[in-house]
Amino acid sequence: MVDLWSGLAQAFWLVVTLNSELIEIALRSLRVSMTALLIASLIAMPLAALLAVKRFRWRRVIIAVLNALMGLPPVVVGLVVYVLLSRSGPLGVLGLLFTPTAMVIAQVVIIVPLIASIAHQALRDLWQEYHDLLISMNVSQWQKIHTLLWDTRRALLTAALAGFGRAIGEVGAIMIVGGNIDHATRVLTTAIALETGKGDFALALALGFVLIAMAISVSLSIHWLSGTEREGRW
Amino acid sequence: MVSGLFPVVLEGAETSRRGRVLVGPIDLTLDGTGICVFMGPNGAGKTSLLRLMHGAARLTAGSIRWACPLAQARRAQAFVFQRPIMLRRSVRQNIAYPLRARGVARRIALERAEAWAERVGLGGMLERQAPVLSGGEQQKLALARALITEPELLFLDEPCASLDGRATREIEDILLTARANGTSLILSTHNMGQARRLADDVVFMLHGKVHETGSAADFFARTRTHQAAAFLKGDIVE
Repeated sequence: MVDLWSGLAQAFWLVVTLNSELIEIALRSLRVSMTALLIASLIAMPLAALLAVKRFRWRRVIIAVLNALMGLPPVVVGLVVYVLLSRSGPLGVLGLLFTPTAMVIAQVVIIVPLIASIAHQALRDLWQEYHDLLISMNVSQWQKIHTLLWDTRRALLTAALAGFGRAIGEVGAIMIVGGNIDHATRVLTTAIALETGKGDFALALALGFVLIAMAISVSLSIHWLSGTEREGRW
Repeated sequence: MVSGLFPVVLEGAETSRRGRVLVGPIDLTLDGTGICVFMGPNGAGKTSLLRLMHGAARLTAGSIRWACPLAQARRAQAFVFQRPIMLRRSVRQNIAYPLRARGVARRIALERAEAWAERVGLGGMLERQAPVLSGGEQQKLALARALITEPELLFLDEPCASLDGRATREIEDILLTARANGTSLILSTHNMGQARRLADDVVFMLHGKVHETGSAADFFARTRTHQAAAFLKGDIVE
């Protein structure tokens, strides 16, 4: 309990005094996870829409695999990305290992299945509702996808936020591919792991509270910006 | 509007799903003048036949031939469903949707949507979200959305089921205006009053087949089959 309180107090002081190190790693956390979210959404959402409207042979298999991969263990993803990016790996020449880019790649892999699965659920339900109308209007495949994505945008937002939550709180993969290098790849979660290992529980907790506060404020501001939960709107 | 769609000829047309024949085989020729009403008890295959003609159900046997190429025929048709399907958008966006899908410029599409909303009596609720409208309002929206593309042929599947008298009359007024403007209408109903008020021609269906056809005047005056007579009398036809 004493640790919790001193952690809260320390978190408060770190934030109030605008501790430069804290701001640096918090911003890096935000940048890495936001970039990963953006890229993952661009992949996952059209994929989910395609899976909803198009009937093809491997559709069910892909959906089942995506659902299963929602629980992909980050450590394993980190390991695989590490092997691919390591100097002797197939993508070693790019020299991406232990850079924020490598962290973004790992997080994209982790959250694409999550975003795609949640988005597909919503898109499929809406497609069932719209199916007859859009077939009757003879709209093209692309227009179907566009219409569905636009009209489920609130649910897609939830999917994106779930992805963001998973990315920003994830430590296993970015620890491996980023290496937790000070001033280069250290982010909030890896810093917490480090401070805990060193036994500085108060600082670790302080960073933890900052992390949670950040996740909540991102979620709130996205909701506020997009005007969800207002009467009669979707 | 010059009708290039008719006559439409169905020969042995049939649609089935998982081995069960929903409707057919149907042999029928429609010339598309005025309002053709498909009547019959529930499960007679009215909805399936309308969907089949429209191309929303798969033709599994026989043929349906329009007087013009199929792609052109599909473009010249619209369909209003029994349970109106509302896009999760505003009334204005809903009505404009088919035009936008056909590549009409946004400004023009929205202007014409406003004009159509006015025409069907939804002029005051352009910004309302369509899914929260009442049943009658939703059906009027669906009509406006179907008519905005100026189809040569409009299918309506039980357009007034579960609507009250006033909403029904408003919908029928819109339909009669559409007919006066040269749109052919094919409408299914099991509401006898509506059939009498609107029909120019009648197709009576039973057990997935066309049982009797004729002009409305003939059909209502003297039916040729006893099932149709029983149906008109209000008996339960099975």
